[in-house]
Amino acid sequence: MSLKTARDLAAALAAGETTSREVTEKYLAAIESLNPTLNAYITTLADEALAAAEASDGRRKTGQTLSPLDGVPIAIKDNICTRGVKTTCASKMLEEFRPPYNATVVTKLEASGLINLGKVNMDEFAMGSSTEHSHVGPSRNPWNPNFVPGGSSGGSAVAVAAGMAPWSLGSDTGGSIRQPASFCGIVGLKPTYGRVSRYGLVAFASSLDQIGPLSVDVQDAALLLEVIAGHDDRDSTSSSQPTEKYTEALVGAKALDGLKVARPVEFFETEGIDPEVSAACEKALQTMKDAGATIVDVKMPHAEEYSVSTYYVLATAEASSNLARYDGAHYGYREPGTQNIVEMFSKTRAAGFGAEVKRRIMLGTFVLSAETFDAYYRRAAKARTLIQKDYAEALEKADVIFAPTAPSPAFKFGDKTADPLTMYLSDIFTLSLNLAGYCGISLPIGHSEGGLPIGAQLFGGAFQESKLLASAHGLEEALGIANRRAATLAAV
Amino acid sequence: MEKLDRVEAIDKDRVAHVALLSRLALTDEEIEQFAGELTKVVGHLNKLAELDLDDVPMTSHAIPMSNVFRPDAARPGLPTAEALANAPEQEDDCFKVPQII
Repeated sequence: MSLKTARDLAAALAAGETTSREVTEKYLAAIESLNPTLNAYITTLADEALAAAEASDGRRKTGQTLSPLDGVPIAIKDNICTRGVKTTCASKMLEEFRPPYNATVVTKLEASGLINLGKVNMDEFAMGSSTEHSHVGPSRNPWNPNFVPGGSSGGSAVAVAAGMAPWSLGSDTGGSIRQPASFCGIVGLKPTYGRVSRYGLVAFASSLDQIGPLSVDVQDAALLLEVIAGHDDRDSTSSSQPTEKYTEALVGAKALDGLKVARPVEFFETEGIDPEVSAACEKALQTMKDAGATIVDVKMPHAEEYSVSTYYVLATAEASSNLARYDGAHYGYREPGTQNIVEMFSKTRAAGFGAEVKRRIMLGTFVLSAETFDAYYRRAAKARTLIQKDYAEALEKADVIFAPTAPSPAFKFGDKTADPLTMYLSDIFTLSLNLAGYCGISLPIGHSEGGLPIGAQLFGGAFQESKLLASAHGLEEALGIANRRAATLAAV
Repeated sequence: MEKLDRVEAIDKDRVAHVALLSRLALTDEEIEQFAGELTKVVGHLNKLAELDLDDVPMTSHAIPMSNVFRPDAARPGLPTAEALANAPEQEDDCFKVPQII
């Protein structure tokens, strides 16, 4: 049994086989029945979505559709600003925050006629790998609700994998789109830094954050990237490189014929990598080879070994600065009954932030302090140069790089919360891509014996999304396992 | 302050100092907990000392850009009512906070 893709819905709408209202009602019904168990949505916009769907149906009747996707629903991660609609970042700090403006990506979704079903769960301020750091409680993996869905965009992944939205937007600072996509058996794309505007994305680590699609297959990821990509004069780090028709680059398995794929040896020799993950990766590499690809072993000596240390210095440093704005003065939570301004700041922040956010603010403040700046921040910023060089050199020898997405399939609740470092080390295969700034995608490549999905990543050069997506689509077609619905939900 | 080449342990005094800089009013239990957790994390960050980085330039942004300009055109700002809509406390079209000095 498979999930409906967004393009199938668009085709059915165009053919007059269904209406946006009917489609939207189906997703709202799925949310109503599944959300109590899976906790993917923080805010469901039932009335607003139905009104928007009716407006879309009206446009279609008069031949005035805004785009071929007019009337197709979507879910949005709760750190992406939606005008007048709560944007909580899964934090007590922003529990009641209603942004006075839309993120640029939301403006683009609206301009294409997409229907916002609601705002989905995440680790607080996108800090985490399991949604266990959400103030509203974790989301659950639809393949087995005793396991985490991954994070931080866990709600975005669960919504798609469980058929509570055809696709969704997430954000990826160190793997937060790719890792939950992998744990939930779907596709997640982190575009090149600057490809998608960050205007209206609540900042975590500004030099690493990027918004991207989560979808049931690669074609839908390409289609959604077409909607959201492009320069924005409200984000000075967005690129003016021209966008492409990413869907037109997809040619199926023949993309693998003649493709050069780099296999970074260190990623496959990582201590503690699950043998089932290694085996699934080797099988995927063999599949690519059988379809005409050449596999080249490359060395990326810094990207694996130093990614966790480099990332957790730079990302926390940027976070400590970005999150300084939550002081209780202008918006968000304020601790009542304080006597002076410093007490208000300190008590508001102590009460408004959860433990993981506090830990990262503390760590970031520590690495930026005068006496430790050289030892940590300066060294990490230099190590970042070496990691980027690893990527550039590997991509001189190959078209794309292939790596596992996570060292294991989804883990159980509570497995990694006792020790923050254990949780950080689980991001070892995703962090370096953000440090390099390049694009990457995670797609399903198999399942564990326990029935949990296993994902793998392809990495591409800066602004090489067309080549990346074509390669991923090739692998997806060759493996023939895309868009498998979780067996536990097949009855829904 | 004296520059340190690395820190082996984040003791409670250092946690308390960093919490003050971070404007986080931590409880004694949190200070104790963070001391242990951050010591372990910093132990891993000390891996960076293994690298020979003397001649390596720093990277702060992966995709370098400079001199980003947009047209200097006026556009409407946020109306006062909307800017204040999320304020925890307000008075006379201003954000209200406790005593500052």
